[in-house]
Amino acid sequence: MGTARLYAAVVGSGFRRYATYRTATAAGVFTNTVFGLILAYLFIALWDTKPHLGGYDQAQALSYVWVSQALLMVVAVLGGGFEDELIERIRTGDIAIDLYRPADLQMWWLAQDVGRALFHLLGRGVVPLVFGALVFDLALPSNPLAWLAFLVAVVLGVVVGFAIRFLVALSAFWLLDGAGVAQLTSIAGIFCSGMLLPLNVFPGALGEVVRALPWSSLIQAPVDVLLGTADPLGTYAVQASWAVGLLAAGRLVQSVATRRVVVQGG
Amino acid sequence: MADSVEHGTRVVAGPLGETGRAADSHPFERQGAYERLRDGLRAYRLITAMWIRSTMAYRASFAMTAFGNFAATALDFVAILLMFSQVDRIGGYSLPEVALLYGLSGTAFGLADLGLGSMDRLGRRVRDGTLDTLLVRPVPVLAQVAADRFALRRLGRITQGLLVLGYALAVLDIHWTPLKVLMIPMTLLSGGAIFAAVFVAGGAFQFVAQDASEVQNSFTYGGNTLLQYPPSVFSKDLLRGVTFVLPLAFVNWLPALYVLGRPYPLDLPTWVAFAPPLVAAGCCALAGVAWRAGLRAYRSTGS
Repeated sequence: MGTARLYAAVVGSGFRRYATYRTATAAGVFTNTVFGLILAYLFIALWDTKPHLGGYDQAQALSYVWVSQALLMVVAVLGGGFEDELIERIRTGDIAIDLYRPADLQMWWLAQDVGRALFHLLGRGVVPLVFGALVFDLALPSNPLAWLAFLVAVVLGVVVGFAIRFLVALSAFWLLDGAGVAQLTSIAGIFCSGMLLPLNVFPGALGEVVRALPWSSLIQAPVDVLLGTADPLGTYAVQASWAVGLLAAGRLVQSVATRRVVVQGG
Repeated sequence: MADSVEHGTRVVAGPLGETGRAADSHPFERQGAYERLRDGLRAYRLITAMWIRSTMAYRASFAMTAFGNFAATALDFVAILLMFSQVDRIGGYSLPEVALLYGLSGTAFGLADLGLGSMDRLGRRVRDGTLDTLLVRPVPVLAQVAADRFALRRLGRITQGLLVLGYALAVLDIHWTPLKVLMIPMTLLSGGAIFAAVFVAGGAFQFVAQDASEVQNSFTYGGNTLLQYPPSVFSKDLLRGVTFVLPLAFVNWLPALYVLGRPYPLDLPTWVAFAPPLVAAGCCALAGVAWRAGLRAYRSTGS
């Protein structure tokens, strides 16, 4: 019970921490909306030329644009959030203090990241989606259960996103400078999450590969659950196995890494 | 890192000291615009040279980040290739035509990003008070902010833009005239200047709204993304906005459409295709005014 309260408090502090910067949030919402507009017009042109591209009709493609803009920050496709801070703590040695705290390192940062995601869902997600729904004809469901199913997929997506970035951060135990790995992961995230183009539009073998990678759990999976273009239970199963597998990998790497930590006295 | 910064400061201290003495000897004489520009460019050159030397101290890291910059940008174009694997035309334009738009906009943006890409750090400097340090130095603040943490890795973006441009020029079947040939470098330079003006205006805006550096991204990165696609894709209202309000259309669309011999969706006379240098000059002048207004409105926290 005590631990649950602790992690709930960390979730709350993660939320409040990001909620502090209101101007930055407004600026971010503006940026998401501008990119959403550009992509929406582009997708209209694409789906006009080839209706039912990737199995979506035009309204579904437009919904994809606006829901993915709303989720971009929530699942942290571009990185950012906790891992920069964790890398810095590993580099400076502050990690030693974290390791003897009476809280688990991975769970602590997960709770913090869930708080951040919750804020980004409300602060960065809602407005662009509402704007898109007002300006374009979207195929959003009116059934509250569909939205509930979507939220479950988003939560799983957040956990998968966290688990990837936790592994990235732990690489700093060996490399000290995690910037290169972080950059490579964010490039992979941009390309493989479906942020530029829905993954079901990717042709042939490339499409098979990107749809099988963990990044497909971040945007593609929740959007498909919302639009009803994928079976929710099957999608959850894939997302959950990635979440469990990557979290376990993180735990393994963490135990190897912490054995490397040498705390210098003085 | 601390080492290289210290080293850099020593390099800059000499010439800046000189400028300081020059100002001392004519305390009441106002510097002319030409002298100010010359001093500013000289300071910019010295500060960037310092950052380049500091970057080159870690060559492997530089090579990796430059490649990363190249690869991240290249993914945009891979996405376009993927689209063309499904459709023959986007907005009525073929792949080489879109590649021409992409290459021109990407290279022009890359030039501005290389020269002034650090402007979005201004808000942070205002917030943590380090801008005050720049104000007391006898060097134009704009030159200092622009050259701050000059990132040579951004050559990656320019390289990628030039490669796509090269592909487009090699594949496109254009009836070349001397005028059309001249249009290409003219477009790159004035397009770069228009993006540079957007960077400076965005910097000026950060004096007012420090946390809002992302608004700038909508116009710089967002503008670049917009211009990579044919204008026929977008709504007339959006086109009017980026033609008459924020003249991004002059970066590549109008001159490139002249080269391609295609009409612009808005009804504009042909000569606007040759207007980018004038538009760029106008934008830079306005951005300069905005920058001075922002700088004058700046009040330090005083702590």
